[in-house]
Amino acid sequence: MSAQTVLFDAPGPRAKRRILLGNVVGAVIVGGIAALLLARLGDKGQLDPDLWLAAVDADAWAYYYWPGFLATMRAAGVAIVGAFAFGLLFGVGRLSTLLPVRVVCGAVVEFFRAVPVLLMMVFFWLLLANAGVDSPSFWGVVIGLVLYNGSVVAELVRSGVHGLPSGQREAALSTGLTRGQSLRSVEVPQALIAMLPALLSQLVVVLKDSALGAIITYRELLQNARLLGSGEGNILQTLAVAAVLFILINWSLTKVAERLGNSLRRTSGRTGTMAAGLDAGVGVGATAQAAERPHGVDEGPEAGPADPGKPGRWG
Amino acid sequence: MEEYLDIIRQYDVLGAFWVNIQLAFWAAVLSLIMGSVLALFRISPIGSLQWAGTTYVTILRNTPLTIIMVFMVLGAWGQLELTLATDFNLNFFWLAVVGLSIYHAAFVCEAIRSGVNTVPVGQAEAARSIGLSFLPSARLVILPQAFRGAIAPLGNVLIALIKNTTVAAAASVATETSSVMRTMIEFRPDYIYAIFFTFAIGYVILVTPVGLLSTSFSRRLAVSR
Repeated sequence: MSAQTVLFDAPGPRAKRRILLGNVVGAVIVGGIAALLLARLGDKGQLDPDLWLAAVDADAWAYYYWPGFLATMRAAGVAIVGAFAFGLLFGVGRLSTLLPVRVVCGAVVEFFRAVPVLLMMVFFWLLLANAGVDSPSFWGVVIGLVLYNGSVVAELVRSGVHGLPSGQREAALSTGLTRGQSLRSVEVPQALIAMLPALLSQLVVVLKDSALGAIITYRELLQNARLLGSGEGNILQTLAVAAVLFILINWSLTKVAERLGNSLRRTSGRTGTMAAGLDAGVGVGATAQAAERPHGVDEGPEAGPADPGKPGRWG
Repeated sequence: MEEYLDIIRQYDVLGAFWVNIQLAFWAAVLSLIMGSVLALFRISPIGSLQWAGTTYVTILRNTPLTIIMVFMVLGAWGQLELTLATDFNLNFFWLAVVGLSIYHAAFVCEAIRSGVNTVPVGQAEAARSIGLSFLPSARLVILPQAFRGAIAPLGNVLIALIKNTTVAAAASVATETSSVMRTMIEFRPDYIYAIFFTFAIGYVILVTPVGLLSTSFSRRLAVSR
């Protein structure tokens, strides 16, 4: 919590009393809001134990959550692998010495970063359905996720390579490697290790965005929870279960990414930290982050957070 | 070409984009307010408020936006009878705005907090050592620097918000771009590529200036250290 040390001095006796007072008032307000929400739920009969039990019984898991969870995981798994391949290809393409390759790769990456994922999903879903492909909604979700997240990964690769100390490339070139060889065997491998935490955080984005599949009738976790809820009349409860599942998975992924970032920072020394420092923004693990501008990553003020102990997060 | 223009006019593509712009505008205002309050909670020295802010951000950041939007319509409106406007369609619009704001407030909070984190502790120590107390040092030294540091991340949140307004489709807003595009493709599959690229380029046009502006502002106003 470096924010605290910036804004507030160590409290003396008077400040401590005030903080205690504020603490009590704050707790009362937060508790009050929670109580109001619960009362509202109770008024509408949503706290009825039957509704909640029907949302978590064995049948619900066997026929709805578990198949939905598997479908979400399948889409997210295929998408993150595809996004990695796409990102590697176009990220290295943007670093190419050939101007046309650079321009084309840059245009592709910038285009797919600016278009909403849902539009791409709807487009590919209908395109594949018209073409008579099997399970068009699955491929719609996967292609949409690959194109968007692949573009984000491409930016990660590029900024990771830019973040390496220039000595790495100079040393590679001086041993007689060509520019391309130096990229392939010296720079990109180091950038990849440094961007591992950011890649994990990107998996959180992929998982969250896979829920968009519900809109294009892909039967993933959210869609199944909705079907179960509208069948049993307990939509609020089934949505809550689905949300808790998503939150638990994403939260643990974020924690793993943080751990990995910390250990990379400890073990890989200056080279690693310089490349990994660039994930400061992208590692937020959110749709919101996805739009990170490359310039912002390289030299924006957020590239150097005051708290270097917490990579991969904005804090 | 004639026919293509006819289709664009017939389905009111510009009107669809206008709906998304309105969604983005109101959600931006609301989430900026909510996010600032949350950020205040998180940087305050008061434990219970810190906890509330952190919990909100952790939960909302890890929830898919689609679930929130579905919840706004099927849960908040369908079950809890939360009504935000008497007009049926306008009600869905405002439910979508609230859903978008709830979600993006968590990211606004983190953007502002990251701005505060760009201020080195030395700045606060220097402010204290010349005798400034809490309010003057916050007002004159720390917050001006923090706001400048928050511009780039806030710009990113705004870009994501503009793109995420398409998810209002999950909240039954039928006049926004992704729903209109779907209807258009379903009725005119022969123009599927033209229709998709029309919408895609519309978003490129909407999003690119925001990115360029926030980058140039954050650079121009950056505190050189």
